Amino acid sequence: MSAFSITEPTRRQKWIAGILVALYALITVMPLVWIVMTGFKTGPDSIAYPPKVVFSPSLEGYVNLFTTQTRLTPEQIETLPPPETWYDRLVREREKTIVGPSRFGQRFLNSVVIGFGSTFLSVFLGTLAAYAFSRFKVPLKDDLLFFILSTRMMPPIAAAIPIFLMFRTLGLSDTRLGMILLYTAVNLSLAVWLLKGFIDEIPREYEEAALIDGYTRFQAFYKVVLPQAATGIASTAIFCLIFAWNEYAFAVLLTSGNAQTAPPFIPTIIGVGGLDWPAVAAGATLFLLPVMIFTIVLRKHLLRGITFGAVRK
Amino acid sequence: MAETVLSNVTKRFGDTLAVRDMNLTVPDGSFVVLLGPTGAGKTTTLRLIAGLERPDSGDISIGGRSVLRDMPAQRNVAMVFQQYSLYPHLSVRANLEFPLRSPALRTPEDEIARRVGEVAEVLGIAHKLDNRATELSGGEMQRVSIGRALVREPALFLMDEPLSSLDAKLRADLRIELKRIQQDLGATLLYVTHDQIEAMTMATHVGVLNAGVLVQFGSPREIYENPASEYVASRLGQPRINILPADLFGAAPAGAATIGLRPEHLFIGEGQEASVIRVEHLGDQTRLHLRFNGHDIVTLADAHTPLRAGEMVRIRPDDPLYFDADGNRVT
Repeated sequence: MSAFSITEPTRRQKWIAGILVALYALITVMPLVWIVMTGFKTGPDSIAYPPKVVFSPSLEGYVNLFTTQTRLTPEQIETLPPPETWYDRLVREREKTIVGPSRFGQRFLNSVVIGFGSTFLSVFLGTLAAYAFSRFKVPLKDDLLFFILSTRMMPPIAAAIPIFLMFRTLGLSDTRLGMILLYTAVNLSLAVWLLKGFIDEIPREYEEAALIDGYTRFQAFYKVVLPQAATGIASTAIFCLIFAWNEYAFAVLLTSGNAQTAPPFIPTIIGVGGLDWPAVAAGATLFLLPVMIFTIVLRKHLLRGITFGAVRK
Repeated sequence: MAETVLSNVTKRFGDTLAVRDMNLTVPDGSFVVLLGPTGAGKTTTLRLIAGLERPDSGDISIGGRSVLRDMPAQRNVAMVFQQYSLYPHLSVRANLEFPLRSPALRTPEDEIARRVGEVAEVLGIAHKLDNRATELSGGEMQRVSIGRALVREPALFLMDEPLSSLDAKLRADLRIELKRIQQDLGATLLYVTHDQIEAMTMATHVGVLNAGVLVQFGSPREIYENPASEYVASRLGQPRINILPADLFGAAPAGAATIGLRPEHLFIGEGQEASVIRVEHLGDQTRLHLRFNGHDIVTLADAHTPLRAGEMVRIRPDDPLYFDADGNRVT
């Protein structure tokens, strides 16, 4: 009997699929690998031509990222006490000395506060709104949902000037609160639509059973709907965080000193005599980590359909 | 435990009348079965009593007190849904504990453990208590679902075709189990089903619904032997009642348009000749498909009948039911 099956791919199909996936992975991962590698190169190695794939790793980029330095003459270095730490020594070898921390730490912290703050707000408000749209008779429901979606139909930056003026009037320019509110406003439409889809999929029977079992509507939402919407909430949170985390245009426009996030800061890292590519790459590498960790932590929720098979349809 | 009364309850969904002017009393300690085809308003009736729907008019009282303004949680009813509807994110034990831990009941821990243990024992799911709800088979899920109602001591149990999704053997076992539990606890049940055997064996009262109207209410025997209409008569009986022109066998009472013949209303071996079209041996019974004056008749014969297709057999109506042109009973 010929082994033909609709559901089970043949060996050849598996190979082709595998090669395609590997190719795609290679293409997407290459720039990241390059950035991570550059972060561990020295300045000359990072701009060497042809590019160096094999090099001796150095933490120079990371030291430069976190510190501000000044160049000294060899005579001036002679007068200084011997370097106390490994990073002092590293900088001293380049005829420079550390004069203080850079602003990267503070910019990074801004990114964390604004990114996670706006993600929390978007998902929190989005879940409540999506539940209401999914379960209750909301007047003009379809129009409202369309209106919410329509806020994403043009690039947010197209409204930059009104937002800029509004922020200036309200005193929200260059504040973390302002950026949190802005990113929440942008993300909320996506959150409502995504979560409504997920909540629509949760059968009403669960809440009805909980109501009869002696719970109020809100308790039923909290104890029965929310745990089952975990998958949707996790994926929505990841989308929201990625947007808020990577957002560049508004961050450039609306922040400067206090609330500046990492994306506009990283490209401005200037070393002595041009852009300090290892430091830029180090900043980019560190900047990737929180979103990666967040995604990995929530990954199991993305992959698991916990309501599978519990309700017969 | 208490009596539940629906008075003149009407419920509309858009243009559809789901329940029309219903008056129904579920006496304390009774097992009331609602019968009717899909869309007759059975489930809506349960949901109205549970508080999941609000009637457009009429009143619902439990234990002599109107519950119209009460939340479902305040009505002290338990409900088993047609779908399994276990909380999929919880273990079997947590599912059973769920109603006891509600703010409405606030049961002490030792009491929770005792009741969950008892119910799990009765339903044969004690060894599955620590499984996730989604790891159970369909039959086990439905038993847990029934168990979630049984851990409480509500004024009224509402069950919406709880056994319909189970296989025949499990259905038979649980049917007997449910009846026994109901009698032991003295519980009051309102039970919706399509299944004649469930209705006949478990019910103390049967209510027949047609398009949102309660057309007859009485004991199972009464509904079977003394149906008020052709519609009620066709709800019960396997094989179904034969509805034929009233004068097919000769004189009929005045006003009768049709004659209703259940198998026991046909005396075989006397009367007029009919031809045997098919003989179905079902094991415990044998069905005869007859052709008489251009009409098909299905009836029962002795399990070991020697009759074969193509032969002739004499039949005579024996105390049949007559219905008028509107389907109402003529006596």
